[in-house]
Amino acid sequence: MAEKIKLEICCGTTCFMLGAAEIMQLATNMPPDLDGHVEVTGLACMNACLNENLGHSPFVRIDGKLIGNATVEMVCDELRKRLNGGGDNE
Amino acid sequence: MSNGAERMRRELMIRLVREFRAGTLADNIDRIPVQLRPQNSPATRCCIYHDRAVLKYRLMALLGFDPKRETDETKPLKEYYEEAEAEDCSPEPPITVCGAGCAGCPSSRVAVTENCRGCFARPCVYACPRGAISVIDQHAWIDYSKCIKCGKCLQVCPFNAIIKTKVPCEDACPTGAIRKNEFGVADIDFDKCIFCGKCFAKCPFGAVMERSELVRVLRALGAGRKLVAMIAPSAQFQFPGGIEKLFSAVKAAGFHDVIEVALGAELTTEHEAHEFIERMKRGDRLMTTSCCTAFVELIKKHVPQLIPCVSDTPSPMKYAGKLAKEKYPDALTVFVGPCIAKRHEALSAENVDMVMNFEELGALLAGSGIDIMSQPEWKLPRPAIATARNFAKSCGVTDAILSELCGDDLPKVNGKFFNGIDAKTAKMLALYAAGKLPGNFIEGMSCEGGCVGGPCSLVK
Repeated sequence: MAEKIKLEICCGTTCFMLGAAEIMQLATNMPPDLDGHVEVTGLACMNACLNENLGHSPFVRIDGKLIGNATVEMVCDELRKRLNGGGDNE
Repeated sequence: MSNGAERMRRELMIRLVREFRAGTLADNIDRIPVQLRPQNSPATRCCIYHDRAVLKYRLMALLGFDPKRETDETKPLKEYYEEAEAEDCSPEPPITVCGAGCAGCPSSRVAVTENCRGCFARPCVYACPRGAISVIDQHAWIDYSKCIKCGKCLQVCPFNAIIKTKVPCEDACPTGAIRKNEFGVADIDFDKCIFCGKCFAKCPFGAVMERSELVRVLRALGAGRKLVAMIAPSAQFQFPGGIEKLFSAVKAAGFHDVIEVALGAELTTEHEAHEFIERMKRGDRLMTTSCCTAFVELIKKHVPQLIPCVSDTPSPMKYAGKLAKEKYPDALTVFVGPCIAKRHEALSAENVDMVMNFEELGALLAGSGIDIMSQPEWKLPRPAIATARNFAKSCGVTDAILSELCGDDLPKVNGKFFNGIDAKTAKMLALYAAGKLPGNFIEGMSCEGGCVGGPCSLVK
């Protein structure tokens, strides 16, 4: 079986307040087509927000790629692209 | 994050706390609306100037003032900030509608859209019980003097061409307390309002605002006052890393101690179970819970005949306040929960000095640069029992009381639940009051799912 996609969600207090809480729900409630293919981890503050002015929280990292202003839908879309396209096609 | 109104509210709180902690709030507070909507940035309302105006009122509410009571439009926020320092009264009423933010949504009605094809079958005409629909020039028309908004035409239209418009605040309000005033903006009638916060949670313009005590809390912390945070049981589902890390974070923010409100819930359970036995023994037919303030307010204002049946047992918040004051008589107590109604209850609770919601606590930590996940696990002197922590869930109160009531000679509990209040709840309660429905114990929770579904919760 292929390696799982790594989804790291920043659970720093600011990111958590600004949307990471919802994204974290993917840990227990992944859409059926993605279920079993993703390893979800909640991290302490990744400091990605330090140079930003709140505008880009919440942050996630998917296989090492940092994504700001993340939403559940956006994360799932990116995960699907990786699962079906086999990598970063941008 | 489910929507932009929520995001703006939280962002603004975090900024406010950051500026306060940096000692720059007084000088910068009037700049915040402009910084958030600078020239040439995209506007969310009609223009950036409207956005800025609403941000100003939002900051005013965060300082604890009611934007409705503004008398001088030219008064800078800095002056409000300085006034807030002198003022030490708790905010009442706890919620308010910001007139500048309210879009004055047109009253709910059924409307035929341009998708109407003027079809041959015309099921809408046949479905209407009042004969309000006629088709003229291949287009359906509604006679509003006849329409009763039943929505039957919507269901039968094969083109989805008929819609029912909504007024989110009015539709959400279970008591008809929010209505438009003579200026066409929403206004709350506090003779009817039960402080449930449903309008606050539902308004897509973010025009319903809480009058916050966040700055009072920050000031007390900054002045080195001894503060004790009392955290509601629903917090366990609301912050990352569990309550042990959360409590450490709260301590790191400058609070002297942290107490689980679930410890208060243990006392509520014990007392309420005994109260139930006593009431049943003396021949009462019915007792209702009293821990949800909005539910109690609903009975007080809309089903007064049921008032004698409301339990006299103090809520977990009040008991927690008592525990906190016994331990630290000189401390200020701050209740933290997902609730708006608790602000109202706190006014008459001698042991509760201030109230913050989970959003405000999260902002206080985020704005102070405290990362909850990196905190050590706090060692609770005695963790609250599971049934007490479960109070925050619907049916949790009854479960706790049932576990307290075991013995053959004790009265049997026939529990009924109100899992979320809506427009029908008052009518149902009136039936219980009249003895027309079975049951001797009613648990009422204003929010669906219990406190965990509260209007100011972080995780919905």
